[in-house]
Amino acid sequence: MMDFAMTMIIAETAVLAALLSAIVPLFFYRLPYLQSWLSFLLLGISGLAASWGGGMALLLRTSEQVVLPIGLPWLHISLCLDPLAGFFLFIVGLVTFIAACYGPAYIREYIDGQLGIGPLTVFTGLFVGGMFLVLLAADAFSFMLAWELMSVASYFLVVFQHQRPENRHAAFIYLLMAVVGGAFLFLAYGVLAGFSDGFSFAAMKAATLSPTWATIAFTFAFIGFGLKAGIVPLHVWLPLAHPVAPSHISALMSGVMLKVAVYGFIRFVFGLLGGITWQWGVVVLLVGSASAVLGVLYALMQHDLKRLLAYHSVENIGIIYIGLGLSMIFYATQHLEIAALALIAALYHCLNHALFKSLLFFGAGAILQQSRQHDMEKMGGLIKKMPVTATCFLIGCISISALPPFNGFVSEWLTFQAALQGPILKSGILGAMIPVAAAMLALTGAMAAACFVKVYGIVFLGRPRTPEIEEATDPSFGMQLGQILLAVCCLGFGIFPAWTVRALNGIPEGLIGVGLSSATDKGWLWLTPVSAETASYGAPAVFFGILVSWLIVFVLLHPLRRDNRIRIAPAWDCGFGPLNARMQYTASAFAMPIRRIFSFVWLIVEKVEPAGLGKRSRYILRIDDRLWLLLYVPIGKLMLKIAERTSHIQGGNLRVYLCYSFFTLLFLLWVIV
Amino acid sequence: MTGWFWVIVKTLCVVLAAPLLAGWVKWLKCRLQNRKGPPPWQPYRDLLRLSRKHVVLADTASPIFRVAPYIVFSVTILAVSIVPVITVELPVAALADVIALVGFLALGRFFLSLAGMDVGTAFGGMGASREVTISSLAEPALLMAFFTLAMNVSSTNLSTVIANLAQRDFTLYPSLIFSSMGLILVAIAETGRIPIDNPATHLELTMIHEAMILEYSGRHLALMEWASMLKLSLYSLLIVNLIVPWGIALTLVPIDLAFATLIVTAKLLLWGLILAVSETIQAKMRLFRAPQYLGLAFILSLLGMMSHIILEVQ
Amino acid sequence: MLIASLTLPEQVVLTLAALILLSSFLLLAQVRLDSLINTFALQGLLIFLATVLMAFIAGKYHLLISAALTLFLKVFFIPGQLRLLVIRLNIRREVEVIGNPSLVMLFAAGLVLFSYYVALPIRELSLLSTRNTIAISLAVVLIGMLMIISRRKAVAQVVGFMSMENGLFFAAVVSTHGMPMVVELGIAFDVLVAAILFGVFFFHIRSEIGSLDTDRLNHLTEVEK
Repeated sequence: MMDFAMTMIIAETAVLAALLSAIVPLFFYRLPYLQSWLSFLLLGISGLAASWGGGMALLLRTSEQVVLPIGLPWLHISLCLDPLAGFFLFIVGLVTFIAACYGPAYIREYIDGQLGIGPLTVFTGLFVGGMFLVLLAADAFSFMLAWELMSVASYFLVVFQHQRPENRHAAFIYLLMAVVGGAFLFLAYGVLAGFSDGFSFAAMKAATLSPTWATIAFTFAFIGFGLKAGIVPLHVWLPLAHPVAPSHISALMSGVMLKVAVYGFIRFVFGLLGGITWQWGVVVLLVGSASAVLGVLYALMQHDLKRLLAYHSVENIGIIYIGLGLSMIFYATQHLEIAALALIAALYHCLNHALFKSLLFFGAGAILQQSRQHDMEKMGGLIKKMPVTATCFLIGCISISALPPFNGFVSEWLTFQAALQGPILKSGILGAMIPVAAAMLALTGAMAAACFVKVYGIVFLGRPRTPEIEEATDPSFGMQLGQILLAVCCLGFGIFPAWTVRALNGIPEGLIGVGLSSATDKGWLWLTPVSAETASYGAPAVFFGILVSWLIVFVLLHPLRRDNRIRIAPAWDCGFGPLNARMQYTASAFAMPIRRIFSFVWLIVEKVEPAGLGKRSRYILRIDDRLWLLLYVPIGKLMLKIAERTSHIQGGNLRVYLCYSFFTLLFLLWVIV
Repeated sequence: MTGWFWVIVKTLCVVLAAPLLAGWVKWLKCRLQNRKGPPPWQPYRDLLRLSRKHVVLADTASPIFRVAPYIVFSVTILAVSIVPVITVELPVAALADVIALVGFLALGRFFLSLAGMDVGTAFGGMGASREVTISSLAEPALLMAFFTLAMNVSSTNLSTVIANLAQRDFTLYPSLIFSSMGLILVAIAETGRIPIDNPATHLELTMIHEAMILEYSGRHLALMEWASMLKLSLYSLLIVNLIVPWGIALTLVPIDLAFATLIVTAKLLLWGLILAVSETIQAKMRLFRAPQYLGLAFILSLLGMMSHIILEVQ
Repeated sequence: MLIASLTLPEQVVLTLAALILLSSFLLLAQVRLDSLINTFALQGLLIFLATVLMAFIAGKYHLLISAALTLFLKVFFIPGQLRLLVIRLNIRREVEVIGNPSLVMLFAAGLVLFSYYVALPIRELSLLSTRNTIAISLAVVLIGMLMIISRRKAVAQVVGFMSMENGLFFAAVVSTHGMPMVVELGIAFDVLVAAILFGVFFFHIRSEIGSLDTDRLNHLTEVEK
């Protein structure tokens, strides 16, 4: 067993390489190109090591512990690498490695900027190192330390382009909510630590809490991890922060940082807390469904490409939480196999979302770099200018819309299968609510497909809408390679689901006690989560079937002997003359029917200013988040009012301040006595 | 291995017979409107004629435009191969279940909408926008109807469902009645028939499916038209085999198969008549009434599921 | 499935119960007044059929008298009176705007689940094979109340009130083989008198405030704005 402790050493190497990638390039600040290459090289090594170590820990189902000699004197940092941590380490490492391929070409434009790329490389390394440490942490202290490192480093990355006030505002909101989330996590760990004899996870796992305290700990953890994961109504920072960061950082934040929050939630609830009740599961299920539906509805109305992708992250986190909620409900009612199925569905979706969301953000970054445009309404016809990016982006769009044969479909299919086992529950009410949640999942899937038809159609197809777009070309090799690798992964995890499910089986065995044994009953070709008679999906055969029928139809219609010329002519224009780019559908026009049907969801301000003296007529459409007005503005006003009342303490009078010191002294003397 | 051979034969037969069903519905509609109408085998002539013509491509078209007809057609063929037509004993049920079937059709619709947007005209964008709106409302209703069915039979595997339903004694299940009504309403919406979409119109304010394939010509148009006729046959087969499952062969014995072929043909012809009558007595709804129509389908499926829980289970 | 163990007439009763619930939902969604009254008549017809079937299943032939009463009142007389009222008040062409029909429908679906939850312990007390329908009849009553709340036109509110009574009657029939005849006739006469009084009342409201929009009754408040 020479791999014993090997995985831990590899994981520690990954962390070390990430931290080195933060520090070492600083020495070369006079040579920015070397600096960027070096930092991304070390980051790439770190990513490879993490995915290798994590993957091995997952497949071999080992669990290793180590206690490092650093930290507080009575509380050393202990790390643990078990299948759950290994899986998430694999995800983070893979996306980091591909970001390292993509990065050097992308940040070339920042080299000549005001600050240079020094802050960018330092904080990227710290951010990635922080994420790895969160996944490996085995006691509350090191977990929170790494968590705060991750949050603060990502704040500096978000605020990197600080010249614009809206970027600063977005970063401020992000930092504020990250800190509030951290406070809730402190409370959650505090509750657990109060009942156990130490801060290590092993001690907390062994602790027993009364149901009330368990619910309190669960609530704190749900809010704390939810703030970082981005569930509704705690999601408002996501669409502000993700668009303003550089694109490879947006991919890292959206693709893997949210998954680290999901990891934390799973670890806390399934691993440490135990004693899950079905009410918790229902709360998680309802919040997940609401996030999924609201996330996709908000995404449909955006026309800033990166903000749209950020709202889709809210939607996908909602889908993951639906899977987790189902798992908790079935676990609490003693249906362990189905709980394992739902948990595997949620974990699979974590992997899939990391892959296709990063792919989409990298594509958006390529478009941004080439055309300097954020706004979809100004793009168009890019498929002819950027064919490689367009193909990879298409694969990303198909995957996120949960269409076969790519990976997004498999995790949604597994979630549906878990939801369809709802009637097995004795309670009729739960048995009725779960299919309704599944119908909401179906609604989000269809709406996501609608949204990505809009995105791909407006951005890549049709005619270019502005002259700047016509200058765009495919980005350089590193960026193309990153996207191609992710596209291949999306296809691979879609065609080999049975193998992936079997690989993931170690996690439910560790957390719930039971794995999904029936998934590969009929061999690796067919995925049968419950049984072959209940449902079966043969992904390789489906892929093969599509290709074969395509080939047959193509051959039948193209016999070489026939004359099958193709004539190129202008598109049909009703005889009115040449068409121009303004006659195409715009993004707002495409989404208009859905906007009218679901108009109660958003806060819509729609105005038409008629033409006046010297100005043209204008149409203004603004879509705002209702939750911001309902929830956050009142809280903000309350905080300001409290702060204003409290500021009366600072009277400005010297004698009043001396009074404060005097009475504090009297009070302390009395306490000592 | 022989099972897979029969799957291919079955798929081929359905693919070749699909234009006949579409032609039968159109002929009946013409007769109901007191016109003579083209014979039921007219679609075959149309498809042959189109496949012989040259293709005219718009200058703004991209590779997606040329690839989309093939993908749409292949995916629809794959979807058809999963649906049991005359027997439930074929091994293709291991390939995909009802949810995957919905996924296949969604993939076809994705590429169809992209092809509509590809040429950069207003018609294509309009058709794509309406199509995705209607399908995003229809999909929850469709899946809810299938869920109710799955809750009743405890499976989403089409062969298991139909075999199970065919072998039960005649029982009135309110859940199945409601989910069948929901399924029929959604099928009419998804196949683009009146009252959601008029398959015979080319007025810009009224077309949905036709708007997306407006720029296609020659063999590409033949493939798109055939795919839409195949989709109609697919939904028709689903409806007749799920709502009236008696008569389907439970084995591969030849005499059973022959008998089942006759019964399925009779069911399809009857369904064609019902569809023709319903299209003749209704007018096409305006687009913003379609959500109410699909909302009704969703409520019916939801009521079916609630009836199952309240009335049918102890 | 328990339903497979019931005889065919009992299955038909369960199907009719589900159709009555559907008609309640349709009542919520109707916008035009004459189709509203027709749907209400349809609901009465379905209850009549269910009562007749229950009479034959259980052998309690006095239910046939209740059925005949229901047919006369709920399918012919009261809808007829409402139609006459609508014509005389000249509101035949009016169309009511329902605030957000999809939310109302979803809430009604939630009400059905809630009434199922409430009816679970009651279900244990009945020995009839059709006791599952108690939840449905409670849902019909609650949806009738929802209709009174969510509508503004007075005629629609009256139809909601009537459908509440439909639900109560249906509950009595399927869970306890009908109420005592005295109670039955008493309720029927109350409903009849209520219908006549409503008719008279409508004319008064209309002449006072000029329309039958009950939100306008807010103007009768004493408090100065």
